Amino acid sequence: MSWVHLMIVLPLLFAVLIPLLYKAFPRIHTGWFVLVVPVVIFGYLATYLPMLANGETALYEIPWIPYLDINFTVFVDGLGLIFALIISGIGALVIIYSIYYLSKAREALHNFYVYLMMFMGAMLGVVLSDNMIVLYLFWELTSISSFLLIAYWYQRKQSRFGAQKAMLITVLGGFAMLASIIMIHNITGTFSIREVIAQSDLLVQHDLFLPAMLLLLLGAFTKSAQFPFHIWLPDAMEAPTPISAYLHSATMVKAGIYLVARFTPAFGGTPEWFWIVTFVGLFTLIWGSLNAVKQRDLKGLLAFSTISQLGLIMSLLGMGSAALYFNPGDQGVQLHAYAVLAAVFHLINHSTFKGSLFMVVGIVDHETGTRDMRKLGGLMTIMPVSFTLAVIGSLSMAGLPPFNGFISKEMFFTGTLNAANLDIFNMATYGAIIPIVAWVASVFTFIYSIILVYRTFLGKYQPERLEKKAHEAPLGMLIPPSILGFLVLAIFFFPNVIGDYALKPMVASIIPSAAGVFDDYTISWWHGFVPELFMTMAVVALGLILFATLNRWIGLYNHMPQWMHLNNWFKHGLSGMERGSHKVIDWHMTGYIRDYLMYIFITIILIVGGSYFMLNDFTLYTDNLASINLFEIVLALVLLGSTVLVMATRSRLTAVVSVGVLGYVVALFFIILRAPDLALTQLAIETVSVALYLLCFYHLPKLKGRGEEEGEKFKVGNFIIALGIGSLVTLLALSVNGYNLFEPISTYYGDSYDLAGAANMVNAILADFRAFDTFLEIFVVAIAALGVYALVRLRLEKRGGTDESQ
Amino acid sequence: MKVNDVILQTVTKIVVFIIFTFAFYLFFAGHHDTGGGFIGGLMAASALVLLYLSYDIDTISKAIPINYRTLIGVGVSVSTLTGIGSILLGYPFLSHTFEYVDFPFFGEIELATSVLFEFGVLFTVVGGTLTIILSISEDV
Amino acid sequence: MEILMSILIGVLITAGTYLVMSRSLLRIILGTSVIGHGALLLLLTTAGLKEGAPPITNIEALTYADPLPQALILTAIVINFATTGFFLVLAYRAYKELGTDDMDKLRGIDDE
Repeated sequence: MSWVHLMIVLPLLFAVLIPLLYKAFPRIHTGWFVLVVPVVIFGYLATYLPMLANGETALYEIPWIPYLDINFTVFVDGLGLIFALIISGIGALVIIYSIYYLSKAREALHNFYVYLMMFMGAMLGVVLSDNMIVLYLFWELTSISSFLLIAYWYQRKQSRFGAQKAMLITVLGGFAMLASIIMIHNITGTFSIREVIAQSDLLVQHDLFLPAMLLLLLGAFTKSAQFPFHIWLPDAMEAPTPISAYLHSATMVKAGIYLVARFTPAFGGTPEWFWIVTFVGLFTLIWGSLNAVKQRDLKGLLAFSTISQLGLIMSLLGMGSAALYFNPGDQGVQLHAYAVLAAVFHLINHSTFKGSLFMVVGIVDHETGTRDMRKLGGLMTIMPVSFTLAVIGSLSMAGLPPFNGFISKEMFFTGTLNAANLDIFNMATYGAIIPIVAWVASVFTFIYSIILVYRTFLGKYQPERLEKKAHEAPLGMLIPPSILGFLVLAIFFFPNVIGDYALKPMVASIIPSAAGVFDDYTISWWHGFVPELFMTMAVVALGLILFATLNRWIGLYNHMPQWMHLNNWFKHGLSGMERGSHKVIDWHMTGYIRDYLMYIFITIILIVGGSYFMLNDFTLYTDNLASINLFEIVLALVLLGSTVLVMATRSRLTAVVSVGVLGYVVALFFIILRAPDLALTQLAIETVSVALYLLCFYHLPKLKGRGEEEGEKFKVGNFIIALGIGSLVTLLALSVNGYNLFEPISTYYGDSYDLAGAANMVNAILADFRAFDTFLEIFVVAIAALGVYALVRLRLEKRGGTDESQ
Repeated sequence: MKVNDVILQTVTKIVVFIIFTFAFYLFFAGHHDTGGGFIGGLMAASALVLLYLSYDIDTISKAIPINYRTLIGVGVSVSTLTGIGSILLGYPFLSHTFEYVDFPFFGEIELATSVLFEFGVLFTVVGGTLTIILSISEDV
Repeated sequence: MEILMSILIGVLITAGTYLVMSRSLLRIILGTSVIGHGALLLLLTTAGLKEGAPPITNIEALTYADPLPQALILTAIVINFATTGFFLVLAYRAYKELGTDDMDKLRGIDDE
């Protein structure tokens, strides 16, 4: 147990306290208590930064299931730590923001913060775990907490729909990832990510490499909303805005990015990885930016812009993976690892500017009552601080100076140009596509960034179309986006602070061979008149022209063919599956217990009987059999007779008495078979049981219409199945006698007098050797008895209650 | 439809004590001979059931004022506590021990902690059985 | 003896299975009881029959019957009793509330 472990479980532990705090201090907003958690985590984890800047890492391990190689191992390296800092840092800001966003009086705050803490702990677990199974567990926990948070306002149909959609898609990816993890384990024999990376060569040459890689990427792409799985993210915007800012832009959706980055050293350097990651990323980038332009809902616009930016980061990671193709020390390493540097830089920048934009949009929504851009406009003078923050965020997103987005966007262009010149992986033919796609997407990114500011804050103020009278937000709501806005500026002016402490350790984690190659490199926003600068200038020029003529071409979106709307695919697919499973279930779930029992019995016959005969296991040992005397034959006949009578009789009383006789005969058999304890118990039990049966029958009224008779015909089908089961058991019992696979453990109990001081071995087993069985058994008796009491008594009380009310 | 059977009731009065004595014997004999908590419990329970059958519930409830649901609780608690006792002494849950002790008049007698555990079993079985039967018969 | 027991067990299981699949709730409960008896005998039979003395060390003998199946069976008997009691009361209550013990009529409510 280390402090880092504690930091991961701290939010989960604290979540338990939240409902209590909520009840105990109804006058204080619960968020203030919760705020302590991310602050503590951030503060503690920040102390690792100097260590990482020196190129060191830390590893702590708690054995969990060592037998299966599953241990709660925490690995602190650049990649994990920076993610953890983003998670806790933005988490703290989001909690401050939520305190003002969510009303103490109206909202179920305890639920909200419990889910939020659950998410925070899970997310920290994802980025800090070294064991893939542990990572997977935390990964699914983020999906679940995201589901709960999207459905936070579960009264709304849209929230429920969005939550379900997100859940289905991300959990699908999660399962794929689990399959991939198991494949990786089969190849490398370990669940530790570090050890998998060490065996990268083995992994890449294995037959299962491609399926393992594809399934892993499926997990990453669904989580990070990559095309065509991005469709859940816009619907996830039904969540409260603090959640959208936190989960669906800054942290959870970056888990996929994290996963790709984490496994780049294992899978990277191969053409498949390079092509898939790069081009899925690029396609998502352009698809997201194209779709963002047509959005009318502010959060919808931000959702598509997030998709697009995630695509950008993803494609950079793909391009950067080419660095692993080269030998360490080669010039290609630095050239292509540069893309990874850009990726992690943009990742941090995106968290800052997109987080602040979401918060500003939340403020607009909160203060005006709408997020529809057609109703908004002219808020600049009314909400000057929000306007300033929106401008900072948007221009950073558009990639303009003096904001951090400019630097990382320039680096992105550099990365695409480097990748275009790559002469491996068949890139010579298609390489030119990359910068072109990147540039076009950037133009649309510029356009939607301008739309966001222009439609909301400039233009005409339409107070009559707003639900509330607009005014500036309270200070507490403005502080968190202001801090992020300040960071946007600060990172632009001092990029190397973050470069040395965050980016370079991260690059070293993703491209191990690039560790140290950027030691002398300083990030700066001015490189002279290089192609990247001209690309940015062209983006601005074309973007402005297109924005000015927006109304003329926006109609083109309506001509998008129906089949391109992926949401329809999802809807039809889902309803199709629902119909299909309904049909299947209606077909076999008849509601008759008899049918279900028949399925069970037939399955037993087929599986047990089938394997029995296929393995040809039937043996009949006739030597060493116990003898039979007349008394035993008589007993057997009585047993047979009473059994047949139970089946054949139409009278209930006869059936009960027959079962009683059966029980007594079994008790007599126990005596013959050297089991006096059993015989006594069975006799006593049978007496009480018969009393119980008779008691029930005594009180049971005569069956209406059918009289005393059960009125049941002999059912041949049922009997055949029953006969099948019975003969199967007989055959098994006969065959078992011949086998002696293991030494009986009973000899141990033979020493019961010395070990337990008891001469009666059976009793020694019950009370001493295996007392735990007995212990649980008396619990069963207790529960059954209380269950009976409740069944009878509760109804009596209910009846008494209704009598009074009448 | 109450059946008043004088012979049954008279016989029951005597037989119940015989059964109780037998149950008592079986319980303590269980350590070395046939018997034990279950059997003792069931015997005691059947004695009580016999009483309830031959008399009516109200009479017996007055004569033996035991709440059988409480008895279940007592039984389960006794067993649990003997288990926890071994934890407190640093042994695994439900470890038992035994000792031979010399008593005046009785001579050497074996004392085993598993008897305490068996007491819990006995109480639970008696309580459970009678709770089941009485619940049904009360619900007419 | 083993062969006889195996056949008896088969008969008990057959009867129990048949009863469990019938329409009347009470016959189903009786069926579980019968299957229970079959299972107990099966456990005992697989351990070997009539070998040695009863498992009590006070009885001087060279070998004793295997005590472990007996302990398991003892536990099973008591649990069987408790659950049967519960089933019985459940059936009884269902009958009183719904006026039938016919499984074909006890099908729950269609959810649509």
